[in-house]
Amino acid sequence: MTSEPFGDLIDRCRAAEDDLVRRWRADVAASLRGRISELELDKELRELLDAVLSAVATADGADTRSAAYGEVRALLVDLSRARALQGFSPRETAISVFALKRAVRESVEVGPEFTAFSDVIDELGLFTFESYAKTREEVIANQAEQLLELATPVVKLWHGVVALPLVGTLDSARAQVVMEKLLQTLVDTGSEYAIIDITGVPAVDTQVAQHLLKTIVAARLMGAECIISGIRPQIAQTIVALGIEFGDIATKATLADALLLALGRIGVDVTAEMSKRGL
Amino acid sequence: MERLPILKIGQMLLVSIQVDLRDDMVVALQEDLAERIVETGARGVVIDITALDIVDSFTGRMLATIAALSRVLDAETVVVGMRPAVAITLVELGLSLDGIKTALDVERGIRLLSPAGGAAR
Amino acid sequence: MTAQELPISGDADVVRVRQAVRAAAVEAKLSLVDQTKLVTAASELARNTLTYGGGGGAVVEQVTKGLRKGVKAVFHDKGPGIADVAQALTDGFTSGSGMGLGLGGARRLVDEFAIETAPGDGTTVTVVKWAR
Repeated sequence: MTSEPFGDLIDRCRAAEDDLVRRWRADVAASLRGRISELELDKELRELLDAVLSAVATADGADTRSAAYGEVRALLVDLSRARALQGFSPRETAISVFALKRAVRESVEVGPEFTAFSDVIDELGLFTFESYAKTREEVIANQAEQLLELATPVVKLWHGVVALPLVGTLDSARAQVVMEKLLQTLVDTGSEYAIIDITGVPAVDTQVAQHLLKTIVAARLMGAECIISGIRPQIAQTIVALGIEFGDIATKATLADALLLALGRIGVDVTAEMSKRGL
Repeated sequence: MERLPILKIGQMLLVSIQVDLRDDMVVALQEDLAERIVETGARGVVIDITALDIVDSFTGRMLATIAALSRVLDAETVVVGMRPAVAITLVELGLSLDGIKTALDVERGIRLLSPAGGAAR
Repeated sequence: MTAQELPISGDADVVRVRQAVRAAAVEAKLSLVDQTKLVTAASELARNTLTYGGGGGAVVEQVTKGLRKGVKAVFHDKGPGIADVAQALTDGFTSGSGMGLGLGGARRLVDEFAIETAPGDGTTVTVVKWAR
């Protein structure tokens, strides 16, 4: 059974299926440059072609949103998902669908009914692109979360002194995670001093400076002091230019200076400790 | 009405809040503490809020008032054990509790108030 | 979770509202800090309902937006209402006992904040906090 707008195009495609798939596979394979085996590709495209032709042949053949296209959509979600996870570009992914047009044009005699078929493929191509983008977003969100965890180590430097070496750009979300983690570590380790080292932070904007200030005030409410170390000249200039008041917050040039300050306040005799360790 | 117990330890008074705070209990604590400071001649007050899962502006104001009140009566107040989430929320709320001494736990709070320990910070 | 209607007519009710909001926040999987912010905001608003509104009620419920879960709390009273909302939201403004951080502070602690009021017509404050 063939529906109106496509004439007998579907039947002719079925008849030329092997030739069609060969051309289609060649186009797709050229763009994927051997990163997927021919065998795998052949199976993938045959399955997809069969589903597309079956869907087009139904009464709802022109409507890619109809139930008839359920299987096609499922296959395309799988395909775009796999491509996105394997690191293929949007172009390399979309071509798997769009190349079908040329394959049909070249292996089958086409008439005016090809326009309707071409519209269907365009719709399916867009759908593929959308699901590709969705998968990529998921991947990025996951990576951001993992990075957040990785990038915020709080280390114990001495009994009662912890340090948070910040590396990379701080945005609001990360600053918040960092803040919570630092404060929790103060409680867990019973530390009264926290050194926030920003040597590895390339730039500080108003928001980040505010987050730092909030962390310091929150630590004070809990009974701990923060020392900021590694403020680079440009950052000092930004802080002053932004009119942010660091007030009575202790700042030191290097992490070592900050540690010395903390040890001094705790009452550790650094010279004695060093000779004890043979330094 | 339920009142918060005030314990005397040496020269210090200890209030460890272990229940969900009602506003009327907070007001009563303020009055009770002033009385006990005068009665005992205590030199310090430790308020342990480890168990409190929130401190709102009313409770925050109470802590500030108690600190001011005890200072007038020649006693220092230390608030100890504030949870990180509570501290972050207070800062966001705009409450920095200036003038209140703080410590991580009761032990450190007591050390902070003892004549020798006060100099360390 | 279905919506819970809680009366606010005394100090003990403020505590109960806090507990209900906490339970809903835990169920909606809000982070500990977000739970604390929401419960603190609810505490401020419940106290406002009691002190300035002469008592009223709170409705606490879980809400969803797409895949995100959140908690919505509505505080309503039939009190005198607020004539100047902008002023009432300003830090430091208070008409009673408090630090004047109640309304403005509560707004900073939540993701969505709406207030409906008119002099003589009571006050309704709606807040929402979403799980991150």
